[in-house]
Amino acid sequence: MFFILSSFAVFSPHPPEAHAQKINGAGATFPYPVYSKWAFKYNQITGIGVNYQSIGSGGGIQQIKAKTVDFGASDAPLVKSELDKIGIIQFPMVIGGVVPVINLPGIKPGQLKLSPETLSGIFLGKIKKWNDPSIRVINPGLALPNRAIAVVHRADGSGTTWIFTNYLDKVSPEWHNRVGTDKAVSWPAGVAGKGNEGVAAYVQRINGSIGYVEYAYALVNKMNYTLLRNSAGEFSSPTVENFQAAAANADWKNAPGFYLVLTNQPGKNSWPITGASFILLYKEQKNASQAKAMLDFFDWCFRHGDSAARQLDYVPLPQSLYDLVEDLWTKEIRSNGRPVWKMAK
Amino acid sequence: MYKRQNTVIEERTDFSSKILLFTSLPFYPAKEEIMELNPIQKYNRALDYLFKGTAAFFALLIVAVMIGILLQLLENSLPAIHKFGFSFLFSQEWNPVSGKFGAASSIYGTLISTVIAMILAVPLSLVIALFLVELAPPLIGNLVGNAIELLAAIPSIIYGMWGLFVFAPFMEKHIQIPLQEHFGFIPLFQGPPMGIGMLSAGIILALMVLPFVCAVMRDVFRMVPSVVKEASYGMGSTTWEVTRRVTISYGVQGLLGAIILGLGRAIGETMAVTFVIGNSHSISPSLFEAGNTIASTLANEFTEADNPIYLSALVSLGLVLFLITFVIQIIAHFWLKRIRKSMGGGL
Repeated sequence: MFFILSSFAVFSPHPPEAHAQKINGAGATFPYPVYSKWAFKYNQITGIGVNYQSIGSGGGIQQIKAKTVDFGASDAPLVKSELDKIGIIQFPMVIGGVVPVINLPGIKPGQLKLSPETLSGIFLGKIKKWNDPSIRVINPGLALPNRAIAVVHRADGSGTTWIFTNYLDKVSPEWHNRVGTDKAVSWPAGVAGKGNEGVAAYVQRINGSIGYVEYAYALVNKMNYTLLRNSAGEFSSPTVENFQAAAANADWKNAPGFYLVLTNQPGKNSWPITGASFILLYKEQKNASQAKAMLDFFDWCFRHGDSAARQLDYVPLPQSLYDLVEDLWTKEIRSNGRPVWKMAK
Repeated sequence: MYKRQNTVIEERTDFSSKILLFTSLPFYPAKEEIMELNPIQKYNRALDYLFKGTAAFFALLIVAVMIGILLQLLENSLPAIHKFGFSFLFSQEWNPVSGKFGAASSIYGTLISTVIAMILAVPLSLVIALFLVELAPPLIGNLVGNAIELLAAIPSIIYGMWGLFVFAPFMEKHIQIPLQEHFGFIPLFQGPPMGIGMLSAGIILALMVLPFVCAVMRDVFRMVPSVVKEASYGMGSTTWEVTRRVTISYGVQGLLGAIILGLGRAIGETMAVTFVIGNSHSISPSLFEAGNTIASTLANEFTEADNPIYLSALVSLGLVLFLITFVIQIIAHFWLKRIRKSMGGGL
């Protein structure tokens, strides 16, 4: 008996260090479609596996704090003081849009128009029916049914919620007073689904429902999205160009710790609920080769991931922003005192 | 050949003396002091002690783990208990932004969904078990019995997915809308028919609980001695009279045990409920509205609770569930004891 047990100990396989390396990350469901696509392509090219679990931005922040993953992902950026306290850096990886999705038979995708007032009124539970006068007045000629509005929001802590409530907080004083903005809030009305996937599933099942998802989910699930009136008074539609228009005015250079919120940005075409998704990693990396492999992956995504991102209607970051991010890596990321990344000039 | 008699301890109902005796069994004064044993007998005795010791160790380990869990729950929920006090159990508020939490909606959801599940599952299981044992021809009895046991083996998340994708639309069209048309004046059936909600969660739970309760009830009914039933038939009882007065009365304790088993499963069920209950932190008299249970709230919000008071509130919820289950077990134990005394034997 003893010999059998001891032989197991002797012959147990040691994890091979050089080949089949695995990078673990967890966090936001917002960028999950594009991260998983990038991970798949990167694996095909290099054989390195990137395992990304979409557990929500709150989960991503918690797991990177607990050091159970190599990188965390969050749509809600942390402020510089908190970053310094934990010892991590954050940088934007991809920009996307949060889109209200509805389930109203008879209305085609991109047909229904909403304004900041109607959107906040619906989510506050004040506008209860689809044929409410305030919705009818901005949608002349559209046959809206006399149906109750079923609000769907997130059950878990989410950066998507953070971006969405940030927008509502900016445009609605009542939302600001009653609810506020956070990854999880006390929703005045509605049912909750788990993850972007859960909200999409509920909206697709429930007749007369409205929810909010990251645009890639609306695209992939062929959902009915709405137009939204932006700060310039125009009804903007969620497209890559309009997300890019919202991000065009962003001043990343002067944002400490890359903390920047892209909701309700000025511009004729800007999509009002745009947001960046961030990656969080530790400044001090224990395993230098693991850290280098991780940064190689992100580098590949920045340089070669454009087409995959655009296919899913995410906005890849402009080169100027990537230069700032690389600069951050070179300056801040160390392993045992030695820098991990060298900027290729 | 000397055959050692094991001293069997029985007829002690005192719990503490039972523990004392059980733990002292390995150390009980051996008969070696009274008479000499040959090596084979010594070997047998050593094996006996080894087995008893190992078994006692593992049994006590379970108790230790349970106490450890309770202590851990208490320790982690202290900040929330400190902040909210007893009002935590009665407050409906659940606001992660302002840090105010209350367990009322979760407790309400847990109890109501469990009650709905038991109301639907118990009579059905009883009838199905009676059919399988008393009335069905053996072939059908075996077939249906196996099918029900297969139902029990289906993972709960499959029930959840089936509930959301298949059952919810059916529920909306064929159950909720007709109910609202005919009984819409009752507050129980008001609210938008979404297909998901408290009633849907209760029905899915009933489906999950039914196989367990039915399987145990079936075994209970099978154990009723035929001679008792035949005696009753011999006196001219009808099938119904035999079933009601003999079979069911004989197996009442076992039936209660089956119900408690189902109750335990329904109270703690997580994934199936999360999919169809709607996860809303509010108490509403309507069965069509969304709600939440303790288990579904923990499943949804645990991974992202990033501030300490949020985490502590969630752990307090877990503690509440632990205590609810514990109270139910104690009630069941005393109820069974009472029935055993009044029925005097049987199962």
